Amino acid sequence: MLDAAGLRCVRGERTLFSGLDLTLRGGELLRIAGANGSGKTSLLRMLCGLLAPVEGSVRWQGEDIRRLREAFWSQLVYVGHANAIKDDLTAAENLAISCALHGQGGTARQLRAALERLGVAASEREPARVLSQGQRRRVALARLALSPQAPLWILDEPFTALDAGAVAIVRELIAERVARGAAVAYTTHVELDIAAAVALRIDLGAGLR
Amino acid sequence: MSGRINWFKYAAPQTFYPVARSLAAGFGILAALFCAVGLYIGFFVAPTDHQQGEAYRIIFIHVPAAWMSMFIYLVMAFWAGVGLAFNTRLSGMMASALAPTGALFTFIALWTGSLWGKPTWGTWWVWDARLTSELILLFLYFGFLALQAAIDDPRRADRAGAVLALVGVVNIPIIYFSVQWWNTLHQGASVSLTSAPTMAATMFAGMIIMAFGFWFYSIAAAMMRVRCIILERERGSEWVAQLIRSGA
Amino acid sequence: MLETLRWVVYRDLLLAMRRRSDVLTILLFFVIVVSLFPLGVGPEPAMLRTIAPGVIWVAALLASMLALGRVFALDHADGTLEQMLLGATPLGAIVAAKVLAHWVVTGLPLVLLAPVLALQFDLPQQFLGDLMLSLLLGTPALSLIGAIGAALTLGLRGGGALLALLVLPLYIPVLVVGAGALDAAAAGLGAGAHLLLLGAFLVMAGAFAPWVAAVALRIAHE
Repeated sequence: MLDAAGLRCVRGERTLFSGLDLTLRGGELLRIAGANGSGKTSLLRMLCGLLAPVEGSVRWQGEDIRRLREAFWSQLVYVGHANAIKDDLTAAENLAISCALHGQGGTARQLRAALERLGVAASEREPARVLSQGQRRRVALARLALSPQAPLWILDEPFTALDAGAVAIVRELIAERVARGAAVAYTTHVELDIAAAVALRIDLGAGLR
Repeated sequence: MSGRINWFKYAAPQTFYPVARSLAAGFGILAALFCAVGLYIGFFVAPTDHQQGEAYRIIFIHVPAAWMSMFIYLVMAFWAGVGLAFNTRLSGMMASALAPTGALFTFIALWTGSLWGKPTWGTWWVWDARLTSELILLFLYFGFLALQAAIDDPRRADRAGAVLALVGVVNIPIIYFSVQWWNTLHQGASVSLTSAPTMAATMFAGMIIMAFGFWFYSIAAAMMRVRCIILERERGSEWVAQLIRSGA
Repeated sequence: MLETLRWVVYRDLLLAMRRRSDVLTILLFFVIVVSLFPLGVGPEPAMLRTIAPGVIWVAALLASMLALGRVFALDHADGTLEQMLLGATPLGAIVAAKVLAHWVVTGLPLVLLAPVLALQFDLPQQFLGDLMLSLLLGTPALSLIGAIGAALTLGLRGGGALLALLVLPLYIPVLVVGAGALDAAAAGLGAGAHLLLLGAFLVMAGAFAPWVAAVALRIAHE
């Protein structure tokens, strides 16, 4: 269970939001909405622990994530704006390293299965620089197909650059994971519905709904 | 007059702002006084040195400036460390406020060292351990100033500067001893600016008074500077807007 | 954790192998800088012999510093560094692994190339061993210290010059002791004491620099 209290975000000299509270339990899907520049990415980064909030704290299972550090991060899958893909490595290599970094073992077969799920298995052995933007995004998201255990997913605009087919796959992945008890927080500019038992929404600039 | 002063109240930039002004004024006056007395002793009262003549009098500026350059770096690193550990904004501002004054004293120490060297040893620069270490200290100050100038976000600037200042502080003894070693290895007959004439009591008194004068000046300058930094950082807040409106 | 660190080293080595030209340019820089000195100060053999250790050390230092642009900046640009900050392994350990791979690719070649360049300066052969040993101990220390500077200046404008300003003063003890090792050897005193001191610097840098760099990386991402 992720819960944040009293978060305040300052960018430059403007306070984007303050006094923000949220609670996200397993099996819940949270969408963070807001116009450009309203602080969606900053909020997600605060929830991950990348950005220290000016005020407020974020807790995972009751403990401050700043104290938990790796114990928290080993339970988190974060996909940000950047793909976190090395151009000089193949899709398979990229995925393997990603898994190693996050303490997930992954056999070659599992990696291939994940790439297949996202529809990029054919390019498995090519350096990522020859892939299109959309394909690279698919490779970046292949981690989602490989993380059956991670209880928390934080996804920043996962659907960017994806075509309709890929969007459907990712929606499915998210819905499956939520159904199996993970907590997922995401932002998107694409209007779509993801099936979830409990769907929450925060509109930055309008408070929790 | 007992009573518990709530020190933490002054850790907020807003409350510290007016305090800084009083401190700046007070220490500024003290600084002027002490420096005047120190310079008088140095240039008129202290006896002429037999070996070095009148030129040695520059040590009344050189040595206190060198002491200050080191001391200010330590204080700067201290405030930077406090800011990093306790996440207090004012400490970071203090460190940034002190840096230019520290760099100034380092420069003065180097310049006066050079001025001393010319009539005494015939060269404008001597690669002795002390002067070389001062030069490296100047680079450390410049590094700190450059890093803070290159970072737009004030929070990141404070924290990155703090890490740099702390790394610098830990390295200063290492640098000093390496340079010492380097110096002894390379110079047979050591030509040293630090072999100052044995101190007459008046000379020592003069240097101490100048040191205090410089110290008070540093405090005054840092206070003035921190006020500017506070205004700049807090310019979006209500109390600054109030200040501007009331024409302070 | 060791498994992850092995992967990090493997990854960085693999990436360097696939971009060999980046690495070779740094080596060439080293060679060119060393060659500039005789052109600048004249080819007189006795003088070149005297300045050889200093010149080689300064050139190694500058090449090492130039290489620092590779240790974090590339990963920062494509977002992979951010993922390392969110990894299950302590960031300090990851940094240590990255610096190790970085040194193998940019520092070790300097160590191997140095004797060849020293011969250009007619450095007597009995000192080549000390030269290599001093660089072997010194260049990793430089990489470790430099990593702190690279982490502090991540993503900043001002680029290499700012990094140089931050890092070169911190390099000075290693330079003094490293080049001094050869002067001591030449003076008949033996390089032992200097080499031990270099070893001490390396151990201290290895113990502290990765963690300081990790703190700096987190600060750079806020």
